[in-house]
Amino acid sequence: MPKRQPAIRLEHITKTFGSVVANRDISMEVDRGEILALLGENGSGKTTLMNMIAGIYYPDEGHIFLDGEPVDIRSPRDALAHGVGMIHQHFKLVDVFSAAENIALAMGEDEKFDLRRVRQQARAICEKYDFALDLEQKVYEMSVSQKQTLEIVKVLYRGADILILDEPTAVLTPQEAERLFVVLRNMRADGKAIIIITHKLHEVLAISDRVAILRKGEYVGDVATKDATESALTEMMVGEKVALDIRRTPPKDPVCRLRVRDLTVPGPEGVPLLQNASFEAYGGEILGIAGISGNGQRELLESIAGLQAPAPGARIEYFPPDGGDTPVELLGKSPRAIREAGIHLSFVPEDRLGMGLVGSMGMTDNMMLKSYGAGASPLVDRRAPHELAEEVRASLGVVTPGLETPVSQLSGGNVQKVLVGRELAADPVVLMTAYAVRGLDINTSYTIYRLLDEQKQRGVAVLYVGEELDVLLELCDRILVLCGGRVNGILDARTATKEEIGLRMTRLVEGEAKA
Amino acid sequence: MSGHLSHPAGAEPLVRIARREGVGFWQKVLVRAAAVLLALVVDALFLFFVTGLNPLRVYGVMWGGTFANFTRFSWMLRDLSSLLCVGIALAPAFKMRFWNVGGEGQILIGGLVAALVMVQLGSSLPAPLLILAMGLGAVAAGALWGFVPAWFKARWNTNETLFTLMMNYVATSIVACAVNIMRGKNSALGTLNRASRAGWFPAIFGQRYTINIIVVLVLTFAMYAYLRWSKHGYEISVVGESENTARYAGINVRKVMLRTMLLSGGICGLCGFMLVAGRDQTISTATAGGRGFTAIIVAWLAKFNTFYMALISFLLVFLERGASEIASAYSLNEYGADIITGVILFFILGSEFFINYRLIIRGIHKEGR
Repeated sequence: MPKRQPAIRLEHITKTFGSVVANRDISMEVDRGEILALLGENGSGKTTLMNMIAGIYYPDEGHIFLDGEPVDIRSPRDALAHGVGMIHQHFKLVDVFSAAENIALAMGEDEKFDLRRVRQQARAICEKYDFALDLEQKVYEMSVSQKQTLEIVKVLYRGADILILDEPTAVLTPQEAERLFVVLRNMRADGKAIIIITHKLHEVLAISDRVAILRKGEYVGDVATKDATESALTEMMVGEKVALDIRRTPPKDPVCRLRVRDLTVPGPEGVPLLQNASFEAYGGEILGIAGISGNGQRELLESIAGLQAPAPGARIEYFPPDGGDTPVELLGKSPRAIREAGIHLSFVPEDRLGMGLVGSMGMTDNMMLKSYGAGASPLVDRRAPHELAEEVRASLGVVTPGLETPVSQLSGGNVQKVLVGRELAADPVVLMTAYAVRGLDINTSYTIYRLLDEQKQRGVAVLYVGEELDVLLELCDRILVLCGGRVNGILDARTATKEEIGLRMTRLVEGEAKA
Repeated sequence: MSGHLSHPAGAEPLVRIARREGVGFWQKVLVRAAAVLLALVVDALFLFFVTGLNPLRVYGVMWGGTFANFTRFSWMLRDLSSLLCVGIALAPAFKMRFWNVGGEGQILIGGLVAALVMVQLGSSLPAPLLILAMGLGAVAAGALWGFVPAWFKARWNTNETLFTLMMNYVATSIVACAVNIMRGKNSALGTLNRASRAGWFPAIFGQRYTINIIVVLVLTFAMYAYLRWSKHGYEISVVGESENTARYAGINVRKVMLRTMLLSGGICGLCGFMLVAGRDQTISTATAGGRGFTAIIVAWLAKFNTFYMALISFLLVFLERGASEIASAYSLNEYGADIITGVILFFILGSEFFINYRLIIRGIHKEGR
């Protein structure tokens, strides 16, 4: 009897981009009926490797075997023809089409366009694996999770039996992630081979059968999930032991630094993006802000920073450390006016290269983004920014070829270190961070948590918009939950549960929301 | 079968493209030199087989277009300085990602105001004051022509590409109309102030355009410093990269946009003034001569480095002069000469691809190890 072949076998795959080796001599296998978690830090080459199987890139060296046969995958079309479907982080759907019409787009060129048959087959797929998908719904009406479901059904419709999911849970609530896992298990039972890219350890342990680990583009090894622990996996991933606990120092005499009242930000369609938000932030405390992304977090922080125009009637009061009880009104002030009023407000925005930094500039020029205007000279003074850049590079361990290397060429973690370094150097009284660890690897994430806790000990009022509930619960003192642009409760992070927050993220709690 | 299994690379695509990084300065120079050489070879084939001329002699004539004697060389400098001047004017706007394709109109309107001042005040103002008035008037007119589209964009987010382009036609029509009025009953508008020479630049080293060359030389250094070391230059870079980042940094995007377009249009106006006072001593709809558009290529290819812009301007002017020289020397029609310069430009632009990317041909990289 012939030996059963693995669904995918990679042999000695190498891929380089310029001087950067993204994957070096990687060999691995995935079986049918198996869920493999591909684990690794940022820049470890997970996505690159998977993109080669999905036909986005072509390997410089090495071969790919499907069911034991060598294959040549030159395009995503080739990949699908071989039964390989990849679900990317950014969905590729036509917004104005319904689910069924989007699935029909995946039909072969010589097939007859028959929407009814498409619908039938798609419905059969949904029933088989227990997908919750309304085939008549338009994509623009769908939630992120529904769009993801549609993407999966689409590749299944095309006959994919090897599925690759690139960080599928990054945009999902815990409940939605659980739902996705149920479907994945059903597909595994049906004999599909599934690869899931992630760097969330608890998910790896919950869903996978086996974990393969990449580090700096190289294959470190694999372990059966039942034998794995979070600390062992981290060690393999990082290459050294990492303490996996977040320090939370108890708040020391908290003083109100920021008081927000009735903050409403009108939206383009008349539906406010943020509605009557009221809360206080105290010095020496981390206030977590939870919510599914796009529920008013951005509007909240940007209004405080002077980047949005809230509806009149709101109040954003800032209490300076030396100003006694007389607050300064931030509403209506531009970012420059806020700075010129001597207010130390630091903001690490969500869009690091599109708002917080200038991608084409080096570290030095980015350091002076907010301070270049100082002094009467018409010329910029690059000495102080240069020193600051040196300091940030040394203290946060930024890996860059040089201070003048465009920051857009740095890896995600290093970009964030540059941004956070600059904002902390401004000696903040209020520090706002949006998704400060999104896309960062475990080491950098813990560095950021530590820095935030240090700021808190200095008496800074920290606002932390986050998406991982575990982290919010461990790091913050209080958690403000946003749902549909409303404040849906402010909870004590020491007593709140994940389920409670998850629930408040998706459903307005009557009575409280109006308060 | 086993042989097939061990060489599945036979199915690999023939040529793949990969990004190249860390290309050294001399490597770039080498690639570009190779491109010019290759272009000359292709041109030689064209010349030999199509026209039957001796390519080397044609190249000699072409070279002579710029370097035959001192006067030729000074003409080259004159043309270079006008083209470079517009490039310098456009650089800050394009660096801000404001697509100012209205250089043509800004030059024309500046030139027209200079010419009007020259005629109207030529007999009443002493020479230095007259030239100052012409210059100021031209700069103000050019600045206004740049300001209008910027203001509309800042206010209503209109599309500046279309707007600046339209402003060209408005300027051309105004100039055509003014020229018709000024020429009166004459068949054409001849040299202005022919007798008094009022408002003409004085000749230095025998040429009136020497002043143009000096002014542009100063501008080259000044604009380099402005973009690189001034706070304004820094603001322009940030706004060009991302308006969101600029707002986040507290930069007043509208103010920077208006200010930069005043500057850009103003320098174009200055160029118009210099064309009138230093070169033509008259005005026509052809005064700008397409420089407003050619300069876009100059500014972009040099990535807004004014010294590179000077090099590229030189190349374009050299080719243009060489082409017209060939055309007259061998009574080739213009198209033949255009093909020759076109091939050279094509190869130089094409070499950028080989500086940024490399080709991987099937199989070669394996044996190479």
